[in-house]
Amino acid sequence: MAATLQFDLVSPEKRLASFQAVEVQIPGADGDMTAMEGHAPTITTLRPGILKAIGADKTLAFAVTGGFAEITAAGVSVLAEQAVAVDDLSGTMLDQMIDQARSLADMALPEDKDAAEKLVQDMMVLRHHEAH
Amino acid sequence: MPSLKDLKNRIQSVKNTRKITKAMQMVAAAKLRRAQEAAEAGRPYAERMNAVMAGLSASVGTSASAPRLLAGTGADKVHLLVVMTAERGLCGGFNSTIVRLARVKANELLAQGKTVKILTVGKKGREQLKRDLSAHFVGHVDLSDVKRVGYVHAQTISKDILARFDAGEFDVATLFFNRFQSVISQIPTAQQVIPAKFEADAGDAVALYDYEPSEEGVLVDLLPRGVATQVFTALLENGASEQGARMSAMDNATRNAGEMIDKLTTIYNRSRQAAITNELIEIISGAEAL
Repeated sequence: MAATLQFDLVSPEKRLASFQAVEVQIPGADGDMTAMEGHAPTITTLRPGILKAIGADKTLAFAVTGGFAEITAAGVSVLAEQAVAVDDLSGTMLDQMIDQARSLADMALPEDKDAAEKLVQDMMVLRHHEAH
Repeated sequence: MPSLKDLKNRIQSVKNTRKITKAMQMVAAAKLRRAQEAAEAGRPYAERMNAVMAGLSASVGTSASAPRLLAGTGADKVHLLVVMTAERGLCGGFNSTIVRLARVKANELLAQGKTVKILTVGKKGREQLKRDLSAHFVGHVDLSDVKRVGYVHAQTISKDILARFDAGEFDVATLFFNRFQSVISQIPTAQQVIPAKFEADAGDAVALYDYEPSEEGVLVDLLPRGVATQVFTALLENGASEQGARMSAMDNATRNAGEMIDKLTTIYNRSRQAAITNELIEIISGAEAL
């Protein structure tokens, strides 16, 4: 049996998931990463994408829009502002989120523009992923 | 001396009041349980958030490049007081205690020659502060249509606060709300959110983390979220406190109504008896006169 680490996903309103996972795939701000047992302690911010926790007997995937992940050798806790299980995800929900991000990007100050545009792009990728 | 009919009406009306207060108590109890669950569910996020931010701010906080949300504007001139109260009354001293705390703080700041701005959340606090501090009002957040406070509401409020901060409207922001202790005790609390302040209980192992993209980058991303989280926690605590306060206030009211009914019933019976006795005396004396 593979070594496991404690995976927690919490949103401000409730705890969404908590179980022993073998690996956790995290959409980090600087690129995707996979955390397994014994990972160096890291804190990373998230970009919109799919967060995937693979356990011995189940795999959970969530679409997250932002927040951060705290990785230690023994566990990963993800604090997501908004997280939806991929199974519950609908195209319209994503479209709404994209619209919202788009309008924010349009209003953004020049120095924030790039980041905002990137956010929109990330969401488009997510939308694309959903369509398949 | 009220007539028997008046007394009867009076008793009936107090009985009706008791029914209402009893019902309100039950409703508050049910809502309290839900509010407590919500507060409970929100705790892991808030705690984790605070722990991470405390660790981060400890390592970044002292440097000159620290974000303004953490380090402050360098001035201490304009204070924003965010007074969070209920939308409804009939909850004992819940609203007044928050307002009293805020008013004391506002007067203290004014006495020091500082500028005070007040943002009210919930209309009860606004009504109470209007009398003497209405000149300092800068905004109001209405939650009267909200059935269940969610994170979105906290985000709206914090966005409002952050926009004002970015516009340079104030230097220090403080939240006023009631921290839920138990059904009979709620503690009015003032919590400073900008510049961010953390209890210094971190320091163990937190400093060992790698940060992506960078410590500053993470911090800049987290600080606004931290404000929203604190506002959300305050909203949840306030929600639970409100229902708790209402529950005990209505419990008292129900008990008072019961006592009043007992008292009125005694008076009613006594006057009824007096009337009967009177009548008897009249009959007897009438019979004796024959």
